[in-house]
Amino acid sequence: MKRTNWKIIYFVILLLFVPKRALAMHIMEGFLPIEWAIFWWAVTLPFLILGYRSIRSKVRVNPETKMILGLSGAFVFILSALKIPSVTGSSSHPTGVGLGSILFGPLAMSVVGSIVLLFQAVLLAHGGLTTLGANAFSMAVCGPFIAYFVFKGATKLGWSFSLAVFLAAAFGDLGTYVVTSVQLALAFPSEVGGFMASFSKFAGIFALTQIPLAISEGLLTVVVMNFLKKYNLGELKLLRVLSKEAR
Amino acid sequence: MKKSLLLLFLVVILATLPLITQQGTEFGGADGEAEEAITKIHPEYKPWFNSIWEPPGAETESLLFALQAAIGAGFIGYFIGVMKQRNKQTKQELAEKSKHVTH
Repeated sequence: MKRTNWKIIYFVILLLFVPKRALAMHIMEGFLPIEWAIFWWAVTLPFLILGYRSIRSKVRVNPETKMILGLSGAFVFILSALKIPSVTGSSSHPTGVGLGSILFGPLAMSVVGSIVLLFQAVLLAHGGLTTLGANAFSMAVCGPFIAYFVFKGATKLGWSFSLAVFLAAAFGDLGTYVVTSVQLALAFPSEVGGFMASFSKFAGIFALTQIPLAISEGLLTVVVMNFLKKYNLGELKLLRVLSKEAR
Repeated sequence: MKKSLLLLFLVVILATLPLITQQGTEFGGADGEAEEAITKIHPEYKPWFNSIWEPPGAETESLLFALQAAIGAGFIGYFIGVMKQRNKQTKQELAEKSKHVTH
């Protein structure tokens, strides 16, 4: 009974979104089946604990990096408040987690990103408390990790610092939406074609809207990073952001 | 500085271009609309948990979103100011030190 209900809901949602409709980024309150809501909370929780420890130890070793942590949080705050129009005719917002992931590492951003999501869930009814685990997993865990590894990879390939920062932030942003699509597809698999069919539908909708925003986020992150490179070279070295060649 | 301005200009273009190319849409965030539409088409469906508090209307919601952006922007402005000042100070100190050495 419950299962067929969800299948019907899934098709209703699909029908709604196929013609030029995009979901806003966060999964709405109550719109994930309870077992999935609990599952994503359970997956995210360890990252929050590790993230808290990571922040505490980094700040203890280098107290002068506190301001940079504040900047990383402020960047997420401002970027995730900006709903920007996109080519698909709907709006979405960037995540802003790429900057902090490069500076402080992905674990630290799992805490910072979750705080912002909590703020939006409680005060703005944007996203939700039951879906916070899932939303935090996509935006505050996966996004930062993608950004971090893209940055490390691009640096290893010897690409310029700015290009590495741009790609990291842009792919972290885009990756967040891909993960959201996976979460929705897992919770609402298609009757025909199952998970893959609904994933390609959700991802198609999300990715298109997000591409220009991901580029914007990449560019903005480069702007901030250039400032840091000019005025906070000491902290960047303490946090080991700059590779030897870039120093 | 010039490079930063160019990059910011690119961001503005990316955000305004859709306004020109996509006419006849309100650029809705679609999650609210979708929620409404789902309950309209499928009245027996109830999300199993509701937001504990919702802004009473679009005005209050935009206030809170603006507040969120303002807090972020405020801190970034403060950060830039502090760092520029610090940079100036260390430069001055270095200049004074080198004066003492030469005299």
